[in-house]
Amino acid sequence: MRVCALVVRIWRQFLHDKRTLMLMLVAPILILTLVSLVFNGNTYKPKIGTVDVPAMVTQRLAQEDVSLVSYSSTNSALEALKTQTIDAYISWQDGRPAVVLEGSDPSKNKAILLDLQQMAEASSPGPTGIQPKITYLYGSAKMSSFDNFGPVLIGFFAFFFVFLVAGISFLKERTTGTLQRLVATPIRRWEIVAGYVAGFGLFTTIQAILIAWFCVDILGMMMNGRLINLLLITLLLSITALTLGTFLSSFANSEFQMMQFIPLVIVPQVFFSGLFNIDTMAVWLRWLSKIMPLYYGADAMRNVMIRGKGFTDIVMDLAVLLAFSLVFMVLNVLTLRKYRHV
Amino acid sequence: MFGKGSREEGWGIQVSHVDRKFGKRLVLQDIDFEVKPAEIFGLLGPSGSGKTTLVKLMAGIDRPTSGTVVVGGVQMPRLDMLGKIGYMAQSDALYAELTAKENLDFFASLFGLRGRGRRRRIEEVMELVHLTDSMKKRVSTYSGGMKRRLSLAIAMLHRPRILILDEPTVGIDPALRVSIWNELRDMSQSGTTILVTTHVMDEAEKCHRLGMLRDGRLIAVGTPGELKASTNVTTIEEAFLAFGGVRG
Ligand SMILES: Nc1ncnc2c1ncn2[C@@H]1O[C@H](COP(=O)(O)OP(=O)(O)OP(=O)(O)O)[C@@H](O)[C@H]1O
Ligand SMILES: [Mg+2]
Repeated sequence: MRVCALVVRIWRQFLHDKRTLMLMLVAPILILTLVSLVFNGNTYKPKIGTVDVPAMVTQRLAQEDVSLVSYSSTNSALEALKTQTIDAYISWQDGRPAVVLEGSDPSKNKAILLDLQQMAEASSPGPTGIQPKITYLYGSAKMSSFDNFGPVLIGFFAFFFVFLVAGISFLKERTTGTLQRLVATPIRRWEIVAGYVAGFGLFTTIQAILIAWFCVDILGMMMNGRLINLLLITLLLSITALTLGTFLSSFANSEFQMMQFIPLVIVPQVFFSGLFNIDTMAVWLRWLSKIMPLYYGADAMRNVMIRGKGFTDIVMDLAVLLAFSLVFMVLNVLTLRKYRHV
Repeated sequence: MFGKGSREEGWGIQVSHVDRKFGKRLVLQDIDFEVKPAEIFGLLGPSGSGKTTLVKLMAGIDRPTSGTVVVGGVQMPRLDMLGKIGYMAQSDALYAELTAKENLDFFASLFGLRGRGRRRRIEEVMELVHLTDSMKKRVSTYSGGMKRRLSLAIAMLHRPRILILDEPTVGIDPALRVSIWNELRDMSQSGTTILVTTHVMDEAEKCHRLGMLRDGRLIAVGTPGELKASTNVTTIEEAFLAFGGVRG
């Protein structure tokens, strides 16, 4: 069968091109490892200076997760604040605490204010001391930000590398004249597209298995759903990327022009894939996310990995990805008309 | 090798009043000629005269702006005819990162060859172009002439009834060129119709008939002998110049 011939050829090309092979298999693992190291670190421990703070308050403060440095005057504390040796200092004025924050990092500000608030609540056990009982529907208190956006990253890599590698290899087929040669054989246009999808699809399945295994078993990413669902999402996502990549490659004349699609096609998808909170965006911007394949892939990934949902819960996302792929496939078959009319 | 007489009648090519425009530019103009079954037909013409453009119409990968191209009784382009035609493009279209064997395997399976027959056929064509020893080498390590020969081998792989070769012998040394021409003659004797484009005048002499192309017009068609006789010259080269001059 001619589709098989194409699949075999694509595989052989992969096997001969060790660098690209490594890029697709090792690069995602490397980056995910780095990201996990960066974001799995312990929560930030604010450094707070104290100036003439009553001993009782200092004791309270010490119970929070902060490191305390005591200064003799507000001036020396201010100096320390300016050189960023501390993040904030507390002084005592008229029997009330006064806090000065360095303030340039919102996440540090938040951490400090939270600590102070907790201290204040604990030191005034009034009648309002209602302790809520907290339970998590999904995730847990121990969930790190890596667990939260790790699934998105897996989807992103599946998309990005396949988009680029498939796009460039189809482009090369065009620029080296082999596409012209190919259409002089009895292969049908849809068979060319199907061969590419099957060849790369098979390869990206292996890539997906490797990445998923590495993330879950080695990096310890949260995984509450079934692996098979995760692979299904990755496969559909990479087929979407593949068909989009090969389609767009017909508008590029060189590898460099293919790279120019990255800021146009890939980067916007990252913003809308859930790494940033979509709900706070303007309504029209939110609509934009609806046309981005990665948005659906990331949503399904999170549902499976964090919320442990099953096939029926992600079937809508999968259907949308499938629809994207089909549309791009048809576009591919149509653009091949340029090279042969039958 | 090509089982003489195993073919019924050979196939011809009829090109009738063909124009081909790229945008506003008329690259082929009212081309009208016939390639008879089992003959070797040579297309001769200077660079840019439209040889490749014409050949692509016959190979079924392009369609004329007006006029018709009929191959083996069927109007081109037609998908089911592509399996009967062997096409060697002017620029080598090979997968450089694959070995020669892998390239051959790929095209052989596109043409539906499989199993033992395929292996034997691959060995045959590679022997023909003297590349048997380089079968397992990557094409990126091939020289220009070697790539040409591999392209030729691929074009002949599926024993096509019609062989269309766009400047097949560029970069091939004289000894090998002779053996390739012997093979082409054998193939034509066993019924294969062959169309070649060429720049080389002594190759033109070896064709049964010639078509001379200039600025997208066919200025003369005939056997090498006829062409020389009608212009009263002794070489094809002179004949070509004479026709070109006549055109005015
Ligand atoms: N796709 C195209 N778009 C626009 N013009 C084209 C295209 N293909 C060919 N041409 C023009 O058609 C003319 C004939 O080109 P063609 O390649 O057929 O010449 P040729 O006889 O094969 O020349 P050579 O001997 O150099 O191979 C050239 O002037 C070329 O610029
Ligand atoms: Mg040419």
